[in-house]
Amino acid sequence: MDNKEINNTKLANEGLSEQDRPLFCDARPQSYKPLGKYVEKFLNWARANSLWILGYGTGCGAIELRPLMTARFDMFRWGLAPRPTPRQAGVFVIGGYMSVKTLKRVIRSYEQMQGPKFVIGLGSCTINGGMYWDSYNTINRLDHYLPVDIYITGCMPRPEALIAGFNKLKEMIKAGETDGQNEYARNFDWYKANQKKIVKDWNMPDYNW
Amino acid sequence: MEHGLFISIIYAFISLSVATIWGLLLGGIALKVVARAHGRFGPPVWQPIIDIIKNNARRTSISHGIMYFLGPVFRIAGGMGTFLFIPFIFGSSVFGNFSFAGDLFLVMYFIFFGQLGMALGAGESGHPYSAIGVARGLSQMTAFELPFALSVISLVIQYGTLNITSIVAAQQGGLLSWTLFTNPLATIAALISLQGMNMHNPFSIVIAPQEIPIGPPTEYHSNFLGLLQTNRGLFNIAKLALFMNLYFGGATNIAVMILKTFLLYMLTIFIGASFPRFRTEQSIRFFLGVPTVIGILAVIVIAYL
Amino acid sequence: MQEILNKLIDRYAIEPIQENRHNQAFVTIEKNRLPDVLTWLRDYEDYTHLAFITAVDYPEIEKIQLTYMLHNYILHTDLGLRVLLDRTRPEMVSIHHLWKQVATYQRELREMFGIDFPGSPGLQENFALEGWKDIPPMRRDFDTKEYSEKTYFPRPGRQTHDPKEYMKEKLYPSAKEDK
Repeated sequence: MDNKEINNTKLANEGLSEQDRPLFCDARPQSYKPLGKYVEKFLNWARANSLWILGYGTGCGAIELRPLMTARFDMFRWGLAPRPTPRQAGVFVIGGYMSVKTLKRVIRSYEQMQGPKFVIGLGSCTINGGMYWDSYNTINRLDHYLPVDIYITGCMPRPEALIAGFNKLKEMIKAGETDGQNEYARNFDWYKANQKKIVKDWNMPDYNW
Repeated sequence: MEHGLFISIIYAFISLSVATIWGLLLGGIALKVVARAHGRFGPPVWQPIIDIIKNNARRTSISHGIMYFLGPVFRIAGGMGTFLFIPFIFGSSVFGNFSFAGDLFLVMYFIFFGQLGMALGAGESGHPYSAIGVARGLSQMTAFELPFALSVISLVIQYGTLNITSIVAAQQGGLLSWTLFTNPLATIAALISLQGMNMHNPFSIVIAPQEIPIGPPTEYHSNFLGLLQTNRGLFNIAKLALFMNLYFGGATNIAVMILKTFLLYMLTIFIGASFPRFRTEQSIRFFLGVPTVIGILAVIVIAYL
Repeated sequence: MQEILNKLIDRYAIEPIQENRHNQAFVTIEKNRLPDVLTWLRDYEDYTHLAFITAVDYPEIEKIQLTYMLHNYILHTDLGLRVLLDRTRPEMVSIHHLWKQVATYQRELREMFGIDFPGSPGLQENFALEGWKDIPPMRRDFDTKEYSEKTYFPRPGRQTHDPKEYMKEKLYPSAKEDK
């Protein structure tokens, strides 16, 4: 496919030991141009109507995702479905506060997701740290580490707010306004520098495809 | 039925497409029915089709090796093989498929073939849940093949042929000439075996969403997963068509086919919505118990009485 | 409760006993006698449940206080054993041989307070702070706000209100005008 913008510089993978380095990939993420206008429109419609959420609750907000599956809120109506593996998921819901230890796993999971992928920041903690703003171990701004498409405010937002957020995300996808994957690929060095600033023992590859 | 090669290919293509779409819609209906049983609205019936479009439209995909790549290909080859040697609609030139070329054993082989390919591919992905899922799937498959094979032996003795088209043709004389009434024991054994093949509750030990998240396809994504999902629709309808042909008199037009496959699938769905999941050893013991005895009885009754 | 405290005084001559409730008391003991007392309490006096180990930092007196909280399932009484450690090089006897799960508590204390427990299994493994290089974050001289502002890109525009005044303004806006 020629809709890639190829950046061929290799990654250093400094976190890995010398003998492990050949085992891991050192390619960068690539950014993709949209296909044709109408093709992309149709594909965006399909993407918006089949959002698979990665079942990884990173904070207290994860508890708000469970009621969505129940008979009362029934997220399956909008084509949302939980997915247990990052390979198949398309939406990452960051549920509330995120500690540094979790962030490391979140980065790994996010990079394993196949694009186009979307990130929802749930709750105040992802926006400015919320009530954990001065904690030594939770991040303040999620958008310095991952490209966030949409934030849902509140502490905690109720499931209705989540549904509203998902519907807003669907509108954005249909309008083609979400470009998280490409943004991550283009500003990869900036994101990596921010991530490595706080994740002290970086013992994984720089990009976990 | 003699066609040129080109015409045959076009007919096969039409037949495959119709079957796949009908199979996917059946899957959507199943989601809807289960949702209603939970008291939910449920996703729209075309949700599986949107999922497939989305998965195929994913921008990136990663291969873990040759077998990983070939796993879904084997799977869909199994699905297509199963389907193409079954007369989808009896007597139709488009939907008759290549049922004159292959017999029942070939179809049974193809049912197994896809699973084996999938096992190799999922094994290479290296995910522990894949390995557990594959082990469960193959052991359950060995178990439910037994009553099904006994039931098929009974049918072969009854009709004296392995050709599916001949078996359907023998059942065309009205309701009472269906195998359901001429050989009820074989039908019961095979229907129980069908529940295992469809892998809905209580026999959903392979996918087992809450235990081994989704089993073998854990690492499959993007267009690999799209292929697997397409096969889920096609393979489903192939199995239903096989059972419809062997036990329920086949179908002479598309409306009858839709009605019969729908009812057959609803049986699975209703059982699935009402029962929780078996454990692996429970499921295997279940198939090796009563259904196998019924299968043996079916053979004995047909052969000696 | 009184009975066990009297026994403690008899056996170990432990003096400062702080009895909070009829079923809860705290005693302070020397650090080297702790395993001895714990073993006796566990094996003879039915204090079989170690509820938690916690630490408090007292930079004023240059000490770190460890509290071992025990629970008796028969009498339903709690007994806290306190130990004072030197703050500059805190070191404590490991008691993982009495309760296996203590090793995890000790791992956490090593990471959060920098207390060493020689011989405790897996002590140097990461607990929550992976690769932490600063002074242990639960020490009181660690400024968590400053660290957070330095590290985590604070979003500008954060406001704080005095809750009492703020709610008064919100709920009774007319009260302000009356003045």
